[in-house]
Amino acid sequence: MNIHEYQSKQVLKSFGVNVPNGKPAFSVEEAVAAAKEIGTSVVVVKAQIHAGGRGKAGGVKLAHNLDEVEQFAKELLGKVLVTKQTGPAGKKVNRLLIESGADIAKEYYLSFVVDRQTAKVVMMASTEGGMEIEKVAAETPEKIFKEYIDPVIGLAPFQTSRMAYKLGLPKPAIRPAQKLMSCLYNAFIGKDCSLAEINPMVLTKDNDVMALDAKLNFDDSALYRHPDIVELRDETEEDPKELEAAAADLNYVNLGGDVACMVNGAGLAMATVDILKYFGGDPANFLDVGGDSNPEKIAKAFNIMLEGGQSKGIFVNIFGGINRCDQVAEGVIAAAKIVSEDGKSMPVPVVVRLEGTNAEKGREILKNTPIKNVIMAPTMEGGAEQIVKLVNEAKA
Amino acid sequence: MGILVNKDTKVIVQGITGKQATFHTMQMLAYGTKIVAGVTPGKAGQTVDGKDKDGNEVKVPVFNTVKDAVDATGANASVIYVPARFAADSIMEAIDAELDVVVCITEHIPVLDMVKVRRYLEGKKTRLIGPNCPGILTTDECKLGIIPGYIHKKGHVGVISRSGTLTYEATFQLTAAGIGQTTAIGIGGDPVKGTDFIDALKLFKDDPDTLAVLMIGEIGGNAEEDAAKWIKENMPDKPVAAFISGRQAPPGKRMGHAGAIISGGKGTAADKIKALNAVGIDVADTVAHIGDTVVKTLKKAGIYEKCHTC
Repeated sequence: MNIHEYQSKQVLKSFGVNVPNGKPAFSVEEAVAAAKEIGTSVVVVKAQIHAGGRGKAGGVKLAHNLDEVEQFAKELLGKVLVTKQTGPAGKKVNRLLIESGADIAKEYYLSFVVDRQTAKVVMMASTEGGMEIEKVAAETPEKIFKEYIDPVIGLAPFQTSRMAYKLGLPKPAIRPAQKLMSCLYNAFIGKDCSLAEINPMVLTKDNDVMALDAKLNFDDSALYRHPDIVELRDETEEDPKELEAAAADLNYVNLGGDVACMVNGAGLAMATVDILKYFGGDPANFLDVGGDSNPEKIAKAFNIMLEGGQSKGIFVNIFGGINRCDQVAEGVIAAAKIVSEDGKSMPVPVVVRLEGTNAEKGREILKNTPIKNVIMAPTMEGGAEQIVKLVNEAKA
Repeated sequence: MGILVNKDTKVIVQGITGKQATFHTMQMLAYGTKIVAGVTPGKAGQTVDGKDKDGNEVKVPVFNTVKDAVDATGANASVIYVPARFAADSIMEAIDAELDVVVCITEHIPVLDMVKVRRYLEGKKTRLIGPNCPGILTTDECKLGIIPGYIHKKGHVGVISRSGTLTYEATFQLTAAGIGQTTAIGIGGDPVKGTDFIDALKLFKDDPDTLAVLMIGEIGGNAEEDAAKWIKENMPDKPVAAFISGRQAPPGKRMGHAGAIISGGKGTAADKIKALNAVGIDVADTVAHIGDTVVKTLKKAGIYEKCHTC
């Protein structure tokens, strides 16, 4: 789960991380009032969307007086910001962060993630702040420093000290930097983060160290123990179909195309998207219905795929392991009752491939209750090829 | 032969009185697995009843703790079906009881809990498989987990996979092509886990019955790249075929599995396929070509006849 920058900073502040004085604003009036309250000669007006690259896209503005704050707030609120991470559709700005300006001497990078290989939390820092860390890793990997953290000991003072000296911070800034690192680590552990990233972490001209930007991602599996974090969720930042699917316990990712698929198991679901593309289709989604696919859940999945007329065809690819093909077949019939007026047809072609547990029984059920537009596929390969062909024909 | 588990493995089921666990206990018994005990705190004295593969009644005794179950039965392996918020603790209880093999099926265990589990594993004898995996099955001998047994036929190919359903799909294709299997091991879809590709490859390398290996990977992390390098340096005599899912996955999106995510441009299918191809490993073009790709690999190595067992 992701949250906004201003929310991340509020969480980090509660762990003692040094962040600039700032307030969120949902309107131009609130923006001006916040700037007045902050009262510094320069304030920063920052668009709040769940994507990076905002600065380059014109989503971060320096205001030197209240008139400028008003002007920038008007300009940014409601604007669709297209950044490197939003995709071409961009994201609409509904919230701003108004923040005191900082007197920057130098920018750094600091983050915590879980390293898969060592199964440890790793602290990463670099002297190349404000840049994309992927680019730094690719071009000048020697400028990235790492400290692996023993989960029993936690982040040790010798590690934060070693890191601060490696970054070449001036002597008076060593302790503030160490404090920021350990407070950030405590937030990472305390809130079950999957990423805590400060880019840039800045050294100010009076040798203070602070988090100028902040990004926290959380481990979805651990949200049950952080109800305060769940409350920070901004659903307007998420795909409505993905939200609906999540509420129905379906694993769905919208891929934007028009050939939909419904699959059991994440691996097979990814592979099904791939095979649709292989045959020249434009995949609409990734959809894993999971192991307990009762008819109601299958019907819900059909609803989501068909919503808004996105899907011009659907490939049902099931290998029955724990879930049984007969239940999936019942689900297809239940779905037809909901999505069609006559209760026994599908609005778009649906190619069904059933294999594994109770496959025969499933095929039998669909044979005995014919539904218009539902076609049985003899093999997975044949089914994928057929649905792409049908969708392309319908488009031509 | 096969790896890690066989007909003599004595298994306990943690969380045995849960609905899914009871169902799969029956399935495991029916496959021939020696289930000697179950564990659910507070339910000691109960039994879970099923039938073994010959149709004989089996009463599996339930204990309060893993230690009690091991002391009473001499079990050396465990399979865990405990809900996510308690699962990490259950894994550590099994490690503490010095079991040889522990399989954790549970999905959605918090990553930082698994970081602790991995630390706890250091210096211990246990081999942990999973979490978020379908388990392990040695053909016609024993299965721990939820893999449907009937699709497996005895043979000489080892299967390692990050995905449950793809394990079944691939095994189904192998069996249909007449290529039997030694052991299929699902290592799981989580980013932090007990066993990774190289760990499983090492075991297959030392198994005289396994003549070739099928690896099924997916986006996220770089375990497939590491495995490619390891295979080139350490296992020249056993051919490997592979499949990678997620070629079309967009960056930054989690594709069902917690570990299936391209982050910071790293962990793409293209990189993995390139690394595997670079060491001479054939990667199936699509999920429908996994069986064909294995057959091609076996023929190239001159062991197709030997591996054509069913």
